[in-house]
Amino acid sequence: MRRPRVGVVTFPGSLDDRDALRAVGAMGGEGVPLWHAERDLRDADAVILPGGFSYGDYLRCGAIARFAPIMEEVVRFAGAGGPVVGICNGFQILCEAGLLPGALIRNRSLRFVCRVVDVRVETSLSPLTEGLVAGDVLQIPVKHGEGQFVASGEDLARVEGDGLVVFRYCAPDGTVDDGHNVNGAANAIAGVRNDVGNVVGLMPHPEHAVDPDVGPTGGQPLLASLLSRALARV
Amino acid sequence: MSEPLHRALGLTDDEYDRIVETLGRKPNRNELAMFGVMWSEHCSYKSSKVYLRTLPTEGSAVLVGPGQDAGVVDVGDGLAVAFKMESHSHPSAIEPYQGAATGIGGIVRDIISMGARPIALLDPLYFGPLTEPRNRWLLEGVVAGIGGYGNCIGVPTVGGEVRFAEPHSLNPTINVMCVGIAPRERLVTSSSRQVHEGSIMILFGASTGRDGIGGVSVLASRTLEEGSAESRPSVQIGDPFAGKLLIEASLELADRDLLEGLQDLGGAGLTCATSESAARAGMGAQIDLDAVPLREQNLEVFEILTSESQERMLAIVEPSKVAEVQEVCARWGLATAVLGRMVPGDGLRITMGGTVVAEVPARSLADEGPIYDRALAAPADLAALHEDDPTFATVMADPREAFLAVLGSPNVASMRSVWEQYDSLVQGGTVLGPGGDAALVRIEGTVKAIALSTDAKGRFGHLDPYLGAAHAVAEAARNVAMTGATPLAITNCLNFGNPERPEVMWQFAESVRGMADACRALDTPVTGGNVSFYNESGGSAIWPTPTIGMLGLLEDHRLALRTAFPTTGSIYLLGETFPELGGSEFAETVLGRISGRPPELDLVRERALHRLIADAAQAVLLVSAHDCSDGGLAVALAESAMAGGTGFAISLPGDVPWYVTLFSESASRAVVSVAPENAAKLEVLASEHGVPFARIGETGGPRMVFDALFEVDLAEASDLYEDTIPKLLAG
Repeated sequence: MRRPRVGVVTFPGSLDDRDALRAVGAMGGEGVPLWHAERDLRDADAVILPGGFSYGDYLRCGAIARFAPIMEEVVRFAGAGGPVVGICNGFQILCEAGLLPGALIRNRSLRFVCRVVDVRVETSLSPLTEGLVAGDVLQIPVKHGEGQFVASGEDLARVEGDGLVVFRYCAPDGTVDDGHNVNGAANAIAGVRNDVGNVVGLMPHPEHAVDPDVGPTGGQPLLASLLSRALARV
Repeated sequence: MSEPLHRALGLTDDEYDRIVETLGRKPNRNELAMFGVMWSEHCSYKSSKVYLRTLPTEGSAVLVGPGQDAGVVDVGDGLAVAFKMESHSHPSAIEPYQGAATGIGGIVRDIISMGARPIALLDPLYFGPLTEPRNRWLLEGVVAGIGGYGNCIGVPTVGGEVRFAEPHSLNPTINVMCVGIAPRERLVTSSSRQVHEGSIMILFGASTGRDGIGGVSVLASRTLEEGSAESRPSVQIGDPFAGKLLIEASLELADRDLLEGLQDLGGAGLTCATSESAARAGMGAQIDLDAVPLREQNLEVFEILTSESQERMLAIVEPSKVAEVQEVCARWGLATAVLGRMVPGDGLRITMGGTVVAEVPARSLADEGPIYDRALAAPADLAALHEDDPTFATVMADPREAFLAVLGSPNVASMRSVWEQYDSLVQGGTVLGPGGDAALVRIEGTVKAIALSTDAKGRFGHLDPYLGAAHAVAEAARNVAMTGATPLAITNCLNFGNPERPEVMWQFAESVRGMADACRALDTPVTGGNVSFYNESGGSAIWPTPTIGMLGLLEDHRLALRTAFPTTGSIYLLGETFPELGGSEFAETVLGRISGRPPELDLVRERALHRLIADAAQAVLLVSAHDCSDGGLAVALAESAMAGGTGFAISLPGDVPWYVTLFSESASRAVVSVAPENAAKLEVLASEHGVPFARIGETGGPRMVFDALFEVDLAEASDLYEDTIPKLLAG
């Protein structure tokens, strides 16, 4: 049986693409580099849109990347139930592309923040959280200037009501409070999924939380979950 | 009568005469502009060259020494590390965000022009006190600019330092260091690549505009005075997205072996890149300015020649490879322009619209600038400063209050609020990020890691520039050694006032002498660096600030040492403490004095300490190691305790004043901890290395207990340590 293939898209300005490929490899998957200008997912069983500043993020984060040729394939893949994960800038792109609800605006502090945070798993119904249970707390770094999740009152009610919240920033013991809400996100939301449950976006960087030599390991169960979801499609 | 053009361009009358002599005729306006930028202090090193020649530059690991875009060191496994430091102080003083951002862009291009992939940035920054609103504005802008550029190009910012002193109020010192890695055979250096006659010069990257005209001469080679804001147009504007594309395209060109030469366009723009490329190759060049993509029409010839528009590179390429180079650049969305070709002789011949607009010997611009041996004089107030030695002051302070004052001083307190604004994680190799003694970055594909530290010793340098520079080298090496790594080589940025003043020139000469002696003794040769003069306003200069960027190598990053205390361990102080409070944090913060003499420095002892730590790390004897410097033993203990979230109890010798034991800044010391069963082994090893040691206490508990003198809750200390800078920034 072949290893699950996880495509990682490189846009101009993607920065954590190599890190995502390395992390997928370290967790036992096969990282497959994908290029923004091509319309080819190279038989990927799952797709990651990595962090960075696609196209410089000069207009609005992710606003240009959603028009890249590869995104047509990603949208089609997601529509067919394929697992798609957007990390940081990738999350912003998925919101811009309409695959996920809400939007990401500048941090409440108006400053970039790079910090290891605790996040609480809210549901196991996502490609990243199979095998985890609501209430699990994971240590994962964030690094972003525009990661404050916001949504209209109506959308936010739907996101909460339909259980679309996948992660929230929290204290080490899992308590959600304002002091641990690293960017001021609505309801401390760190990650959300779509209705179907195959597309997920999050601001924390699981690919930077896999190798104990360079940081925490809260990303391991998330990528393990993604690989098992991808494997199911092999 | 108006000022003659050459003076407006920063050239002296003598220099003008010399140009006339070189050319055998009067220069035209364009040529004069080219000499103006290339013979500026910033580009020509005319005041510093005679001293820089005395630095030790050779060593077994050094592959490329001073004179190229970056120094390069062999780290084994067929890999080479390129590193370089620069200043962007003058532009940052005027426009902090863009000044700092373009500083990052510039240093990164220096690394990629060696064919190396940038893997780390470090930012040593020196400001005036944060009690002044303008200094807060400068710090916020500089830090945002570093983040704004660095975070967008995928190079982690892993270290640096931030310090405060009044003389940096009008003249902040903004240095940046970049480190890159490449397979040895892929390096693009003047010795590894042969440039041929007929080879093509290709300009790629951003188009050329009016920004940064005369940045090196108008800004960087003059003092900042009233009305300096008018030189804001001389500050360049950065585009990190283009910078990121430039990195990827340049490295792909190097990977595919398409290059004979690669040069970045930074200070002095096209003039510098073309003249240096030609001079290095021992050739001339024929350049056609019609090919240069312009951001706006009607740029004057001299503007095109001296613009410092960012994110541009110059490749020298065999004619048969031009198409492939253009293809790679196009893939990364970068414009290319065939600018000219290498020709026999040494003439740099520049045409536009079919006519020759400048024709000068390339060497005369790049290598044959004036060299000055300027007058030296020790500052008159030094003797009085030395006389006023705080070591013998009457100290009335309460020990606990003194400890909290030192721990909460801006020069000691946590800079977390600064470095959290930098992406320190991208590329996935950061074993130790900002906030410790040195950063540690793993070398992909190996178990090795490089250790990096930047250090300057402002107060020490003010009181004794020789010792200040030597201490900076020693401390940078010590910081690197604290991770278990072996110091290999340095780069530097030498920040000083106006070299035309004998006092400043004396400080410079003394600093170089101190740096050279320390580098020789520690076997860490100088691989390059940068000199930043004219950091003064109204006759008041910054403290002499030679910033050292140290590179070390750790053979196995899994053996890396950290500063954090364990919950159970025995604490040792390695090295000896003398009554040396001159220039100390305690003297400034508690006694309100910046005076006396800096601590003595015995470089043999210093090196013995580094070797001891390396051997102890190799033998897995130590649980923690932390350099003992600013704030002395008390601060070293507190930082290790806060990092580990555990307290300690130490005993103090009865026959030495508490403030000497706790706050003396004697050199060549470290605080380490060991598991109790390894204590005896550490003592044997320390004796073998001839390093004095004392078991001073044990770790554990929620409090920091300083004998019967005083104690402080860890939580109280942490709050103070973490909150100082955010509170100051909040005004």
